[in-house]
Amino acid sequence: MTGPLPRPKRKNPLARTTQPLLPPQTRSRKAHGFTLAAAIGRFMLQCCGECGRYAYPAREACPNCLSSALTFLDAPTGGALLSETRIEVTSDPYFREHMPWRTGMVQLDCGPVVVAHLHGDCGGPGARVAMSLQLDKAGQAVFFAKSVSETPHMEDDPQWRQLSADPKYRRVLISDGRSPMAVALVNALKKAGAAKIFVGVAEQWKPFEERTLLEAMEGVEVVDLDLTSERSVQELAIDIGAKVEILINTADHVRPAHLFDASAANTARDVMDHTVMGLMRLSQAFGPVMRSRGADGATGAVAWVNVLSVHGLSNARQFGVHSVAHAACLSLSQWLRNELRQGGIRVINALTGPLDTEWFQTVPPPKVAPKALADAVVDGLKRGLEDIYIGDVAKDIEARLFDNPKAVEREAGR
Amino acid sequence: MVPPRMRQSYDSVVLAVPVTVPYQRYSIETAHWWMGKALRALAEGAGISHRDFDGFSVASFTMGPDVAVGLTQHFGLSPRHIDHVPMGGASGIVSLRRAARAVQAGDADIVACVAADTNSVDSFRNLLEGFSRFSQDAVYPYGAGGANGSFALIARHYMDRYGATREDFGKLCVAQRDNALRNPHALMKKPLTLDQYMSARVIAEPFRLFDCVMPCAGAEAFLVMREETATSLALPFVRLLSAIERHNAFPDDPMQVRGGWVMDRDELYGMAGVAPDDMDFVQTYDDYAVISMMQFEDLGFCAKGEGADFVRQHTFTIDGSFPHNTSGGQLSVGQAGAAGGHLGITEAIRQLLGAAGGTQVHEVRLGLVSGFGMINYDRGLASAAAILARA
Amino acid sequence: MNGDILGVFAGALASGRIRVVDLTCTLSPDFPVIVMPPELGQSAPFRMERISRYDGSGPAWYWNNLSFGEHTGTHFDAPIHWYTGRDLPLNSVDTLPPADMIAPACVIDCSQQANEDADFLLTVSDVVKWEDENGRIRPRSWVLLRTDWSKKSGAAYANLLADGAHTPGPDAEVMRWLVAERDIIGFGTETIGTDAGQAGHFSPPYPAHHYLHGAGRYGLQCLTNLDHLPPKGAMIVAAPLKIQNGSGSPLRVLALVQERSTG
Repeated sequence: MTGPLPRPKRKNPLARTTQPLLPPQTRSRKAHGFTLAAAIGRFMLQCCGECGRYAYPAREACPNCLSSALTFLDAPTGGALLSETRIEVTSDPYFREHMPWRTGMVQLDCGPVVVAHLHGDCGGPGARVAMSLQLDKAGQAVFFAKSVSETPHMEDDPQWRQLSADPKYRRVLISDGRSPMAVALVNALKKAGAAKIFVGVAEQWKPFEERTLLEAMEGVEVVDLDLTSERSVQELAIDIGAKVEILINTADHVRPAHLFDASAANTARDVMDHTVMGLMRLSQAFGPVMRSRGADGATGAVAWVNVLSVHGLSNARQFGVHSVAHAACLSLSQWLRNELRQGGIRVINALTGPLDTEWFQTVPPPKVAPKALADAVVDGLKRGLEDIYIGDVAKDIEARLFDNPKAVEREAGR
Repeated sequence: MVPPRMRQSYDSVVLAVPVTVPYQRYSIETAHWWMGKALRALAEGAGISHRDFDGFSVASFTMGPDVAVGLTQHFGLSPRHIDHVPMGGASGIVSLRRAARAVQAGDADIVACVAADTNSVDSFRNLLEGFSRFSQDAVYPYGAGGANGSFALIARHYMDRYGATREDFGKLCVAQRDNALRNPHALMKKPLTLDQYMSARVIAEPFRLFDCVMPCAGAEAFLVMREETATSLALPFVRLLSAIERHNAFPDDPMQVRGGWVMDRDELYGMAGVAPDDMDFVQTYDDYAVISMMQFEDLGFCAKGEGADFVRQHTFTIDGSFPHNTSGGQLSVGQAGAAGGHLGITEAIRQLLGAAGGTQVHEVRLGLVSGFGMINYDRGLASAAAILARA
Repeated sequence: MNGDILGVFAGALASGRIRVVDLTCTLSPDFPVIVMPPELGQSAPFRMERISRYDGSGPAWYWNNLSFGEHTGTHFDAPIHWYTGRDLPLNSVDTLPPADMIAPACVIDCSQQANEDADFLLTVSDVVKWEDENGRIRPRSWVLLRTDWSKKSGAAYANLLADGAHTPGPDAEVMRWLVAERDIIGFGTETIGTDAGQAGHFSPPYPAHHYLHGAGRYGLQCLTNLDHLPPKGAMIVAAPLKIQNGSGSPLRVLALVQERSTG
């Protein structure tokens, strides 16, 4: 039975911070089919297009019929535990710090036998288990088996916490308190047990409605943070950088502009400064300290969420500048992801369709309510996802891009 | 398809000059250093120059980046038959089988079969980390338990299914330690009691410390030739009666409970014209006692699932009812990488030559050696066995 | 009288008989700038990014790149800034006659009224009252509205409420009157604009901008230290950056004040 995670004590200032280590990360190229599935929370295995059998581990030819038509397809998540062990000795430095480690062999309902990490509450050999694909601290996909039914404090299992980014007892920074998402995110994070939530507000001399609401919330601290100012971002990082375990960047700056308007370049630069350069400044200030705290106890630094527009994936004409900026943010986010992975920090892209807010006033529904976005972000943190598509528009664009990116491009141009 | 052809016998194929380069826990030398020692001992033992070896078969995990042909230049050999057999615990018998056919056909006259590995403080971790693509993709990232973690899963399942206990495994381990105390080359010098075995620290449940082999540096080697060659060199020799190998047998078994021996054992005994009961000793591949137990079953000493009972009914020391791993086996001598697959062969040759010294079993005529190796993903893929006879 | 006026001036500066007062706020990233409705273009705030500081990017030297809007911090408004001045000659900061960069100042102290009412408006009668005490405003003088607003900072300085900014400034009539009847060279304030916070609702909207720039006159805003100036007699040095076709620029505004002679 999983014991509840104890509330972390204040850190001993004389104790050295444990440096982050990563689990083994070499994988074959084919095995990244699992990475793709794990990143979006799907359970997929290679399936032979000719004989229909599932195969594992990832390979280049079907062992049943030698067809090379092996594609990753969704698979049933059920399985039965065949055997298990608790490893107490390893030569790997990462696992050495997490011994003992429970693993087992699971016969999947779809056929193959997989080695999997075992949740502490799943029964011994013979037990039915529910499987998922997760990204480990190295960002590589691994199989995880847990019991079919909920158990108390299930999310506090130490092996599971290596694969998730649960906000429980963690301190969070939301970069833009003026964003309509801020209050909803604060509520969702508090519900998920976040220890403290810092909310950044630029140009405090400009009043805004939700300010009093935020200030009245327990566990919330409004802090100066102007993403367009390197100094402001650096100063906040000096103050609270070592106290941020989850950073949620909600920065956006939606301004309509037609490409041929004389002012479009200025608008674009302004938007870029708030979004792309803002993310850059935030990365430079908070990235190093978060990366160094990736193994700082059970509630160490764990995730960085960028809330981005799905239009960054394919330019939407009516939000041209917005699309350009978010495409650049996506690229920067990938860069950041590769840097933060060294510290075991997960970078999550929460790709959303138009939000139900003033700047998307003219866009017809469906739009994403701030609460729906906040719930999806917190759900992604708890499940350890890497790419989250939020709302019907984002999911539609995701599916259509997967199908035919050119069609998305042309249809957006009409 | 035409029916399979009867296998040709190994008539006139003999083994000579068993060589063990004494093991070290860690070595600052490379695998090549250990191979050189082994080749020199082979040449001295045969009373000829190493340049007279016209066949060379090598097994090693740590000889990279070199390949077998590169090693010929390293050691000044000019062979006309070379082989690299990267099959871990099966490589000894696989080398022997190939060398036997080469000398039988006249492709070579004297094949030096050499296995050598070094062991530096980091080489074992590197070996585990890069062992195979399936292992990299699907095993090592799960706790990085290495072979111990993987065989723990096999052992746990075998215990659950057939009722074997840790005491049964312990009995084999303790007997091997008794044997090792008579072998000056064994790295393990202290006696082992069942209590010590049972209460040792956990490595990966159900395995504890004495279930696991100790990686070390070392080399094993022997010569394969025709009887006439051995006679002309005035070398004592033993005969190869039969040998089998099989890879990736029973791929549909969800968990490994048997090895490929089951597919080929009738042929093994048939070719040799002997039965399991005729064996005077058995050298199994003992990376774990559970695998030795599986070999007792799969090589016909008892039925599937009766391995534990078989262990309970026998004693396994040199003077026991079933002399087994008389050198002490890898569990007590040490596992010098790929040389672990040759250890049983050199020990069997010594037993049959009456040259085993302290570990000599009384009055031996026939012995069985088996090999097992390469846990590529979830199971050992390669299995092999050979029956040797006193000349 | 000695013909060497500048020599006397230099002597007075050296002896301290002429004091130099800095009327400029420090340019910093968090200094408020004018806010327009968000769908309109916005002034960039002041930003400074390091090029090097005796480090790998420049081992022996320290320097920065700057960016800001023309109307950031203590700044100068040229006539071209407003539509009313768009067709005038010499209407941008690069063509501004250099002689206009030095001019006397009349300082009208309304600090008490502004303290009582953020929406305080300067009227003609306030100016007439000042003239009763200090004499008629001479042509080509700056009129500086002292409100002590520069002693506020942050939100209190911007004082943005739901219906816009609430800061003191001139009413429409006084601006028309100062330009037409007193021929002032320009008008200066301590707030973010030369106009009052609510001046968009005046007729004409933004009368200071409207009348000053329509007549080729100038604006100074975000001034400070006006409380260190006498009501009359200070000389203002206000030389904006020479930006091609520029509508204004941040600048250093200095006041020269003669100490009252003690004999």
